[in-house]
Amino acid sequence: MTPPQRRRRKPKQEQPPPPAVEGPQAGAGDRPPERLYILTGEDCERAPIDLVTLIVARADPPHSAAPEQSALLRICQAPLSVAEISAYLNLPISVVTVLLTELLTAELVQARAPVVRQARADRSLLEAVMHGLQKL
Amino acid sequence: MDFKNSDTITGPRTEDHLPGTAQAAVKIVIVGGFGVGKTTMVGSVSEIKPLTTEETMTQAGIGVDDNFGSKSKTATTVAMDFGRISVTDELVLYLFGTPGQERFWFLWNGLFEGALGAVVLIDTRRLEVSFDVMGRLEERGVPFVVAVNDFPDAPRYAVEELRQALDLAEEIPIIRCDVRRRASSRDVLMTLMRFLHSLTMTGAST
Ligand SMILES: Nc1nc2c(ncn2[C@@H]2O[C@H](COP(=O)(O)OP(=O)(O)O)[C@@H](O)[C@H]2O)c(=O)[nH]1
Ligand SMILES: [Mg+2]
Repeated sequence: MTPPQRRRRKPKQEQPPPPAVEGPQAGAGDRPPERLYILTGEDCERAPIDLVTLIVARADPPHSAAPEQSALLRICQAPLSVAEISAYLNLPISVVTVLLTELLTAELVQARAPVVRQARADRSLLEAVMHGLQKL
Repeated sequence: MDFKNSDTITGPRTEDHLPGTAQAAVKIVIVGGFGVGKTTMVGSVSEIKPLTTEETMTQAGIGVDDNFGSKSKTATTVAMDFGRISVTDELVLYLFGTPGQERFWFLWNGLFEGALGAVVLIDTRRLEVSFDVMGRLEERGVPFVVAVNDFPDAPRYAVEELRQALDLAEEIPIIRCDVRRRASSRDVLMTLMRFLHSLTMTGAST
């Protein structure tokens, strides 16, 4: 039996435009929304809020907080990824991102930026992951 | 967006809390056709019961469904299951299993961006369902390995035959697995990490 045949593709020089995300931050018309950025580290590099950005509450919910914000602060006593927050709150990622932007501005949460793949992946990071997997 | 009673929201169970020392997280994406074993794989290696996250997307960014200048947009909710592995007290690995509607995967803002790499799960009974996703990973420069989930009644091709059919370069690992077994899923992830590691050694642009 002969399997079907595929043809490999070449890397595209230009990245496709970011997708349209429905949510409070989505601008008018069909333009893709701006990505939201957080400040990280001492050198204040900007990093987008990612699915795996870790969030930790810095304070108890103020009385003025919206129910969603209170719930978010309550479940983030220990670090929790944006994806987990979305799962526990039952809210889409784009909505969680907006809530987090407000809470970051109010300094009610801390964000720990993800390690992202760079042009050249960090060897020691990969080694740490391998070591962790070996223990599974 | 309904949010009636925030008091009924329960966060993670105490035993599912990450340590306060957790500093950073990395992600890996598992892709493949419907029923190929993505959810099974996430569940077999995750330290927490797999969770589901979702994103609301519009048809606006989707060429084939675009209504030629029409302002009307149809919102679609795309759900995705994911699991977690604490690698060290400071580093956490998240595994995302993509949902069935393939055309949405690459429109999900930030799903593949920043991912260390991907696992393409294939079922040899339906090889061609993975062709498009592999091409898109190549276009975006997301490194991936191919894992053949062995179903009992599936045709068994030799690895070299698969490599040729899938038009995969010599260095891209192809591994057989049974993702119902944790050790097997772990080996797939290990293969991906070793591959990524080898890319840093050769200095290949990824
Ligand atoms: N025989 C066999 N069955 C599998 C394997 N992996 C998954 N399955 C079964 O295939 C079905 C679909 O798997 P699922 O993980 O839901 O696929 P998904 O659609 O890719 O998420 C389930 O009933 C699994 O129990 C495997 O390695 N071998
Ligand atoms: Mg599934």
